[in-house]
Amino acid sequence: MSNTADVVIIGGGVVGCAAAYYLAKAGNTNVIVLEGTKSIGHGGSSRNGGGVRQSGRDVRELPYAMYGIKHLWPTLSEELGVDVEYTQKGNLRLGKTEAHLEKLQTLAKNAQSVGLDVRMVDAKEVKEICPYLSDDIIGASWCPTDGHANPLTTTLGYYKRALEMGVRFYTDAEVTELRKVKGKVRKVILKDGTVFEGETIILAAGYESRYIARTVGVDVPMTRLIDECLVTEMQPHMFDIMLGTAGADFYGHQAKHGSFVFGSDCGYEEVTDMTDPSKLITNAMTLSASCRAIMGYVPALKDAKIVRSWCGWLDNAFDGVPFISKVDEAEGLILACGFTGHGFGTAPAVGLMLSQMVAGEDTVVDITPLRYDRFKPCR
Amino acid sequence: MMDIQEKLKEIGPYVEAEDDGMLVCRCEEVTKGEIRKAVHEGIFTIEELRRYLRSGMGLCQGQTCGKLVKGIVARELGVAPSEVEPASSRAPMRPIEMEILAEDGGVAHE
Repeated sequence: MSNTADVVIIGGGVVGCAAAYYLAKAGNTNVIVLEGTKSIGHGGSSRNGGGVRQSGRDVRELPYAMYGIKHLWPTLSEELGVDVEYTQKGNLRLGKTEAHLEKLQTLAKNAQSVGLDVRMVDAKEVKEICPYLSDDIIGASWCPTDGHANPLTTTLGYYKRALEMGVRFYTDAEVTELRKVKGKVRKVILKDGTVFEGETIILAAGYESRYIARTVGVDVPMTRLIDECLVTEMQPHMFDIMLGTAGADFYGHQAKHGSFVFGSDCGYEEVTDMTDPSKLITNAMTLSASCRAIMGYVPALKDAKIVRSWCGWLDNAFDGVPFISKVDEAEGLILACGFTGHGFGTAPAVGLMLSQMVAGEDTVVDITPLRYDRFKPCR
Repeated sequence: MMDIQEKLKEIGPYVEAEDDGMLVCRCEEVTKGEIRKAVHEGIFTIEELRRYLRSGMGLCQGQTCGKLVKGIVARELGVAPSEVEPASSRAPMRPIEMEILAEDGGVAHE
């Protein structure tokens, strides 16, 4: 098959697969997706807690986070023909101290300023919303339109549907280099030397996007940060809401089939090092630390058995919001990386906007604050 | 490099078999037919399959069905079972209660 397409997407994660799907839906099936590993969704797309949230997000992300929740998530399962388990029953962000509540209030105020329904609730109301929580909780922020979904089936659902519509996918296709032709980014070169060509190149390869972008002289300021997840055995149905904490101890929810999925850490993430980051080795301290954190807020889960833990890398943008942007110095290139752990919930909206950027249309919401060149010298 | 569309053409469409109703993953109740069908939908790796169907994601984490699933996927793809990579093993080795797992000597989060 031809190695040339209208659009070449680097990264077979949820963002790349969603972009491929929305391009195909708009009538452009001349699209190639290149996944560096052997499995679609091998990176952060399958290594997150499944939050589909608006509360707690930066105001620069909120317009498209809100757009996706209003217009894309509710019908996604039907659209893809795969159950993405989208559940919109609200998000409680819990606080145990006055300092926590102050932090939550600031976040809530920021979100309210761009029109999000999020408010503070007291200990009594927290218990009414979720009776399983600890008595130590003195308040929370409550966003009734937040929720969660299954990141595994969402990613593979976008993949499967795009594949059915004719998009070409390649796995085990690790990209090492971009190359310009007549001043325009056009060639995508794999580790094994294979060359793909596209009129537009979308770079959605998580942290690895940084190395790839550098090959055409573009540096995307972000770092890599490890995050871990765990899952319990099936539990009787307890609650449908999403949970988070002001102290960022953990986040998570009860999945449709009964297991609880939580994300958490042990406090040493910033100095985590791995000889080969692709090996994704979990830290021996994190699982125990996660259990203590979770039981501190949801004591009812103390007897729940953990069946598995895993980890993944976040692509942490320097200022905490992604790069979704065309690049002036590298015509033909569109960046979609640096999602800072917020990529899953916003992926449908981001995928849609990427398809619009390819077509030269206005995006559904303004994303100029996410431009790659937003950093200016400050001294 | 794996060209998914080419491979799908090569293996042809899913054809129902008599024993498709057989339960393969007992923990998550996944049948042979569901696994075979998924391969023809582009789910080629054990990692993807676990995420797509939940096979091997239950209490035993695939310790019972792992080999069987691998065989079914290999046959559907027309490759040797040794060419199909197993899923990563992850801690804990056996399911453990949170309360017990929490007792590693660490202190409570603050």
